[in-house]
Amino acid sequence: MRFEPAFAPHYRPASSVTRVMGDVLIGLLPAAAVWTWYFGPGLIVNAVIATLVALGCEAAMLKARNRPPGEQLADLSVIVTAVLFAFCLPPLTPWWVTATGMIFAVVFAKHLYGGLGFNPFNPAMVGYVVVLVSFPSDLTNWLPPAGFEMAEARPGLLATMAYALTGNLPAGLTWDMIGGATPLDDLKTQIGLMRTVTEVRADPLYGDMGAHGWEWINNFVVLGGAWLLYRKVIRWQIPVGVLIGIILPATAFFLYDAGRFAPPTFHVFSGATMLCAFFIATDPVSAATSDRGRLVFGLGIGVLTWVIRTWGGYPDGVAFAVLLMNMAVPAIDRFTAPRVYGR
Amino acid sequence: MADEAEPVTELRLGRFHGGLRLEPNKTLSTELPLKSAPIPPRLVHPLNQHAGASSEPMVEIGERVLRGQPISSPTGFISAPVHAGSSGTVVAIETHPVAHPSGLDALCVVVETDGEDEAYAGYPAIPEFATLSPIALRARVRDCGVVGLGGAAFPTAVKLNAAGALNALILNGAECEPYISCDDTLLRFRAHDIASGARIMLHALEVGRCLVAIEDDKPAACEALAGAVARLGDPRIEVVRVPAIYPEGGERQLITVLTGEEVPADGLPADIGYLVHNVGTAAWVARAILAGEALHSRIVTVTGRGVVQPQNLEVRIGTPIADVVAACGGYTEHARHLLMGGAMMGFSLPSDDIPIIKKTNCLVIGTAEDIAPRGPARACIRCGECARACPAQLLPQQLYWHARADDFDKADAMNLFDCIECGCCDLVCPSHIPLTRYFRYAKSQIWHNERDRVKAERAKRRHDQREARLEEARAAKRRRLAARTRALEAGTARETGRKAAIDEIMQRAQEKKDAGDGGGEA
Repeated sequence: MRFEPAFAPHYRPASSVTRVMGDVLIGLLPAAAVWTWYFGPGLIVNAVIATLVALGCEAAMLKARNRPPGEQLADLSVIVTAVLFAFCLPPLTPWWVTATGMIFAVVFAKHLYGGLGFNPFNPAMVGYVVVLVSFPSDLTNWLPPAGFEMAEARPGLLATMAYALTGNLPAGLTWDMIGGATPLDDLKTQIGLMRTVTEVRADPLYGDMGAHGWEWINNFVVLGGAWLLYRKVIRWQIPVGVLIGIILPATAFFLYDAGRFAPPTFHVFSGATMLCAFFIATDPVSAATSDRGRLVFGLGIGVLTWVIRTWGGYPDGVAFAVLLMNMAVPAIDRFTAPRVYGR
Repeated sequence: MADEAEPVTELRLGRFHGGLRLEPNKTLSTELPLKSAPIPPRLVHPLNQHAGASSEPMVEIGERVLRGQPISSPTGFISAPVHAGSSGTVVAIETHPVAHPSGLDALCVVVETDGEDEAYAGYPAIPEFATLSPIALRARVRDCGVVGLGGAAFPTAVKLNAAGALNALILNGAECEPYISCDDTLLRFRAHDIASGARIMLHALEVGRCLVAIEDDKPAACEALAGAVARLGDPRIEVVRVPAIYPEGGERQLITVLTGEEVPADGLPADIGYLVHNVGTAAWVARAILAGEALHSRIVTVTGRGVVQPQNLEVRIGTPIADVVAACGGYTEHARHLLMGGAMMGFSLPSDDIPIIKKTNCLVIGTAEDIAPRGPARACIRCGECARACPAQLLPQQLYWHARADDFDKADAMNLFDCIECGCCDLVCPSHIPLTRYFRYAKSQIWHNERDRVKAERAKRRHDQREARLEEARAAKRRRLAARTRALEAGTARETGRKAAIDEIMQRAQEKKDAGDGGGEA
């Protein structure tokens, strides 16, 4: 009797890229719900726009590169990029800002480098940095979180969609009436006005641990992160590295001068800290590869985030910190390669 | 005696890096008791069933051979003889398809059996093995063709020679690969042989401690061996339960689990004082010494959903696979693949007209569903799960980049050759990249290049030598020519001298004559 050839190992792999990316999207759901609770339907509108543009770019690039589009679109990776990018955008963002970011993320940061697996930089962060430097005012107009009087006047779903399509607020509303800076941004401005951190943080905007609203978004991001850890989509090294990287210098400088430096809790529970630690810095493609390397990579991102927040020109430093550490990955990989058995 | 405290040792176990807990698929073949397969009408004995140099046939066509009679002789130190699986007549010495990953043919001695199964009496039994010197024991083990039955088939006699002082002999019963249950079966039904073999090996190696490692998912095997050891009452033999993690049966991984130590990558287990033999090998050492039997059969697991009655059979070496499967009720209609070995490292065979050899531990007859080809590979997303699973602590993902780019020097520099091809990285890869295949490919390319390099060097050396020889020949010719020229010139000079002398003599004679004439006249 004749038999067909087969190649060892004959068991089949249990995981798949689609499963990994699907788990990431599931992990983002709790945080997305809380985000929407505090800041309105902007995230959903932005995520839908970003996803559509991203899928379009991905399909077009795959076609241009003569790759079968169906299979790679189904791996959900481009949707993860789009949703993470949407998480970084203010609730009210005009569509061209979103589209510009996504085009840079998918076309330039991803496909011009060879597509999924070959991109040295985190595509979502490339897209975010491009729009941050290109549309600074659009990116700093945030809405106040739910629980404040000002938030009562914020646009509903239809008005949010109208703003996304036209860039105009509904008649009778102005940015002065509804808008505001994020706590990270506000703190930076206030310290620039010679006020102390303690004075600034007395404002209810700063919540209990970090910043009102933001702290709960961060908590639910941690919940999603726990899901990723449980599913073994990510491992502890990068999140722990990022958090230690932020907490250590923040604590040291807070103890040194509490008037000029925000406490570590503020850094941990505001802005995109947790999103970065569990969902952005953990992008495997652009991260270091070994366990030790990932700890170093996370630490670098944490420290740089804190440095940029404290002394840099931008309110949050996550995106720049991630991109800077992406550059360092080949060096990190080189110096953190694990010891081989028996060597 | 069996009721005494079982000699199952609780060691503080180490842990090797990575590895996987796999679906064992072993109960398929462990339902039935161990049976012997019928003797087939023809036995095909490949002459190279072991690691090292092939053996040379020492029988003639038409000669009658007996069961266990040597039919070939080893051709080097690392080599082993092959013995007839049963009595019969040698009908051919010819090339025949053998179990080889590349489907090669090899020289085989074909015996038509006579059904009498008459035993060869050339090896007397030595029940009092302790009276024999280690050298004599090794010689008997070598004569009986015993090789490592765990899969590597390394000549056992060579490995029963401890160069230095050993801490312990380790018997490997950690049969970690899915589907395979031949060692488990041997432990359950022939535990006494293993325990006796262990004592002989301790004597041959002059070691005082033997650890037998059995995975904790085989409690019956563990119990059977512990009972056998208790009956022998030998405190030097300890049975150790180890956690069932693939690839624990790998020699280096097992040593790390049992001792917490690592074998140097460029060294051997003996370098750190350990020697690992398979439990099946120990059982055959016992039979070779105590019963005077040469290795002519082994236990083979025949399993998978492509065979009617999966089971473990004691099969004569040389039995064609088709006969073994027939003894298990034949194929089911879904049989599509035939593997020699287990689900992780077994290689596929194109046909069942291939004989069982000494290292055939398992035949998996798989259905299309069990052994389906994987879907297309996607791009590596650098998730690092492969490095996490790698028991050799390599970076499969980086090796893959280099192998894919044919950058073999880099792959080699990243210790590609420390890869044991266990397949763990393949199984955890979310992109379904056939990593192990890439590594096998890269290794073969490096060997190939190395051979080419050696060949090229040899060719260059030959060329240089030839040039030197030619140059020498030319120089010699020049020297000869020069010598001849000189000789000729010297000859000419001599000639001139002689002429001058003759002239002189002639002149003198003339003068004399002239003077004489004048005198006479005067």
